[in-house]
Amino acid sequence: MNERRTERAKSPGRLIARRFLRNPAAVAGCAMIVALVLYALFAPALSPRSYEDQDYDHIRESPSRLFWFGTDDLGRDMFVLLAMGARVSLEVGLFASLISLLIGVTYGAASGWFGGRTDQLLMRIVDILYGIPLLLIVVNLMVILGSGLQNVFLALGLVYWLDMARIVRGQVLRLRSSDYVEAARALGVGHARILLRHLLPNTMGPIIVTLTLTIPSAIFTEAFLSYIGLGVAAPRESWGTLASAGARLEFLRSSPYLAFFPAAAISLAMLAFNFVGDGLRDALDPRGWSGRE
Amino acid sequence: MLPFILKRLATSVAVIWVIITVTFVLMKVCPGGPFDRERSLPEAVEKNIRARYGLDQPLWRQYLAYVAPLLRGDLGPSYHYQGQSVARLIREKFPRSALIGLLSILLSIAIGVPAGIFCSIRQNRWNDRLTMLITIVGVSVPSFVLATLLQYFGAVRWGVFHAAGLIRWQDAVLPALALSVYSLAFITRLTRSSFLDVLHDEWVRTAYAKGLTPLGVLVGHVLRNAILPVVTYLGPLTAGVITGSLVVEKIFSIPGLGEFFVTSVFSRDYTMIMGVTIFYSILLVALNFLVDIAYVWLDPRISFEGAKAR
Repeated sequence: MNERRTERAKSPGRLIARRFLRNPAAVAGCAMIVALVLYALFAPALSPRSYEDQDYDHIRESPSRLFWFGTDDLGRDMFVLLAMGARVSLEVGLFASLISLLIGVTYGAASGWFGGRTDQLLMRIVDILYGIPLLLIVVNLMVILGSGLQNVFLALGLVYWLDMARIVRGQVLRLRSSDYVEAARALGVGHARILLRHLLPNTMGPIIVTLTLTIPSAIFTEAFLSYIGLGVAAPRESWGTLASAGARLEFLRSSPYLAFFPAAAISLAMLAFNFVGDGLRDALDPRGWSGRE
Repeated sequence: MLPFILKRLATSVAVIWVIITVTFVLMKVCPGGPFDRERSLPEAVEKNIRARYGLDQPLWRQYLAYVAPLLRGDLGPSYHYQGQSVARLIREKFPRSALIGLLSILLSIAIGVPAGIFCSIRQNRWNDRLTMLITIVGVSVPSFVLATLLQYFGAVRWGVFHAAGLIRWQDAVLPALALSVYSLAFITRLTRSSFLDVLHDEWVRTAYAKGLTPLGVLVGHVLRNAILPVVTYLGPLTAGVITGSLVVEKIFSIPGLGEFFVTSVFSRDYTMIMGVTIFYSILLVALNFLVDIAYVWLDPRISFEGAKAR
């Protein structure tokens, strides 16, 4: 009994979990993300007001017992608006990183697996894309696609797969010649099956870390796009549009909380995801790859 | 060294060509032309306008007509500002952005590198941990949030700086600060981890063993090896400053290229959007080219291999 317990404590999953849980910042990040998800899911339902409801008796009112985060210049409840913004941010983080995962893993795995000329060509393309100021390309894409949340997912997903592709390619290239792959090939297992069943599960760690770190940059980019007016379309509001609305000078003078709450929300969300990403990276590999090649 | 430079130069030119072609294609597949108005123009007028800008030509002709003058630095006429060329508008707006951008890059390096070195020496002491905590906050706070905060405290509340405009040199301080915080925090983390790697190398122990002072080891041996990742980061750093300027310039009402780019996006001034994208891309590609050469020059170990591998 005792022996079995020590055996289990040594399993890599447990070790990683232990290392992760011992990192206070990572745990705090997790807690913040859970709180954010709960807030995004339930705050709009709990409030008697919908995010579109305007209350003309309470316009730009400071935070009070009735309106916890105050009201904006249209008399809308900031508490609910921020929760709607949280939904946008979480959706963007999720979908943009999933699209980037799909493209990046496929691309990187193909490049690493086939190697040789294919690999050289595919990686040269990635090098070229790395040389381009990506946010400018996102802006260009948004001009073409038009504003709207789906287009943000698409534009971000189309741009943010580069890191993923590089990392997956490196891992696949390294593992391709390992004994167990050789064995699988000798048994007549097909390319796709080897990749899916044998190679990708072994690259899970780096993939998850990259994925976690793509989320905050996606959240940031959406807020950035919305801030300059290219992101979500009305009537949806995101933290970016709210922050930009609150940052007008005349509002900054009279009701700074209008800028303060969305700004704090973005920063806290990014902080939380960065904490978790860093924590995962440290937990999965105590020294070694830290984003460098 | 020379073959390496030539090869690298060829790649850079290819990259620039790809960027030009891609932005051109992107702008052409764009639904809705730059001359779409609420009310449609009389057919003859519209035809004249399209002919004036060459939009009635087949696509490959439009492409040639765009690329050929590019070689002379001519980015075509602006669709929105009549009679103004894109190149002239960029020349007019860019210096203001460059001033703020350079200031912020200088700030990030001048503070970030020493701070990172300091942290690596004091690894895991309280001052290192505190700095690391501050830098992760710095990496997380978006530049536009910071710009708003700086504007609020620096200008609205305490009235030390002007809230908007770029008239006196002091007006560049707040925008530059807002632009630097991310890169400053990032450089601090990067320098720290890179110095930590090098400090544990055996030849550093040897340097100590032969009786050098800590400062002597740091300046004479560690610095040149550990600074390399920071040099490589110059490219992404500049890219960050450029994109940050889009929103920071808007917040501080600075009539620079970033603010102008955003305005062009909304007036659907396609030649302007393309022009600025290409201009900034060339700037970055050129910088990355210089960084690569500097890298080889700083690190003779990779020069020969690097030239061969590429």
